[in-house]
Amino acid sequence: MSGVGETNGIQAEFDGRLGRFQLKVSLHIPPNGITALVGPSGAGKTSLLRAIAGLTRLPGRVAMDGEVWQEGRRFVPVHQRALGMVFQESSLLSHLSVKDNLLFGYRRALKPKSMRLDEVVPLLGLEPLIGRSTDNLSGGERQRVALGRALLSQPRLLLMDEPLSSLDAQSRAEILPFLEALHRTLSIPVLYVSHDAEEVARLADHVVTLNAGQIVGPIQPAIPDLLSSLSPDQIKDLARQALAVGIKPNPQVR
Amino acid sequence: MSDVIWTTLKLASLTTLLLLILATPLAWWLARQKVWWKEIIAALAALPIVLPPTVLGFYLLLLLAPSSPLMELLHPFGIQSLAFTFPGLLIGSMVYSLPFAVQPIRNGCEAMGDRPMEVAATLRATPLNAFFTVAVPQARRGFLTAAVLVFAHTVGEFGVVLMIGGSIPGQTEVISVKLYQLVESLQFSEAHKIAAGLLGFSFVVLLTMFLTERGSRKTAP
Repeated sequence: MSGVGETNGIQAEFDGRLGRFQLKVSLHIPPNGITALVGPSGAGKTSLLRAIAGLTRLPGRVAMDGEVWQEGRRFVPVHQRALGMVFQESSLLSHLSVKDNLLFGYRRALKPKSMRLDEVVPLLGLEPLIGRSTDNLSGGERQRVALGRALLSQPRLLLMDEPLSSLDAQSRAEILPFLEALHRTLSIPVLYVSHDAEEVARLADHVVTLNAGQIVGPIQPAIPDLLSSLSPDQIKDLARQALAVGIKPNPQVR
Repeated sequence: MSDVIWTTLKLASLTTLLLLILATPLAWWLARQKVWWKEIIAALAALPIVLPPTVLGFYLLLLLAPSSPLMELLHPFGIQSLAFTFPGLLIGSMVYSLPFAVQPIRNGCEAMGDRPMEVAATLRATPLNAFFTVAVPQARRGFLTAAVLVFAHTVGEFGVVLMIGGSIPGQTEVISVKLYQLVESLQFSEAHKIAAGLLGFSFVVLLTMFLTERGSRKTAP
């Protein structure tokens, strides 16, 4: 594990066929903050995420903070990669309770364990769910448990594949504040696939656009990118609306 | 009489246990593999369903007889023949009931889909650990169905047992063949007891299975 500045974060290069199109990307994800991966459906966003996780094998190279996960014939299996993954649809293990789901990865993670159950539970508001079975949870509750479970597996990289897309507007509104709180406390890089502009605007520090298996343009800082297309009057208007619904300026966003 | 019942139960229990252990890797492979030719293997494993038990018994008899190439390989180890022995009967029962173990387990593993195993892998579970802590509990209904079917099917088997068992009291004489012999020698009152016993047993087995399935369907998400 070398500590050269350039090797911090995720370095991922792939060039391989996947169904109808060629996934040909070279990507560097900064070592902290949320990087949104956006693009039309079928652009290869999920495939790229799965290839980084090692769930799909594509020719290429993946390194995390200089630790090589894939290179040439070397391929570190998924369970040996320190990553957490939140899938698009509910992926709770139905034979386990909420608590056992949360602890599934925690029990198998290597020490030292920096994420503890008594920290993650309040962070995601899981107190009322912890004693329950996974049946009869709402979509938003299920995704919060899935997120908590991923965090407790002590990841050094968090991959989220459109975690809100299977939820209705109400569940989405309920879970977004938790994601924002997470954003402020989490010190690991997050790669967040989304096609929702609001999610990206509220959560992302950087934006990568993928189209037909290729990255379009350079990696963008999220908010300036969004605002550059608006006139000053429109921005003022947007700020007024934001203040009216109770969104306060976040000192961390410059 | 108690000898016959004991032999039958011993045969059925051992067949169930060994077949679950042996059929599980095959069923798992059939459920996960994507190659088309796996269906050739699947068809071979399902053959005992459609084959007349006497055909199966005949080939097994040839295979387990002293002069077969397989048995000749075992001669140096002091095994001359497995025909008309309990181990031979056990092998025959396992071949005969193989599809009844493979099919439900395969279905159970296929119904689970790929996702639970992927989830387990992203949560640091090794493939083997994920198999026992995720796949087996997720596909438990398939395993339960397989166990019940194999057990009941073995208790009820007749043709294979007749061909390779030889009906030696205390060793290979099982209940279904005993019933046949009783009827042949016109001992109808004894035959009635066995027949009614088997009928009741089969009904209870199926009822238990259906009620269990109903119960687990209710609790499934």
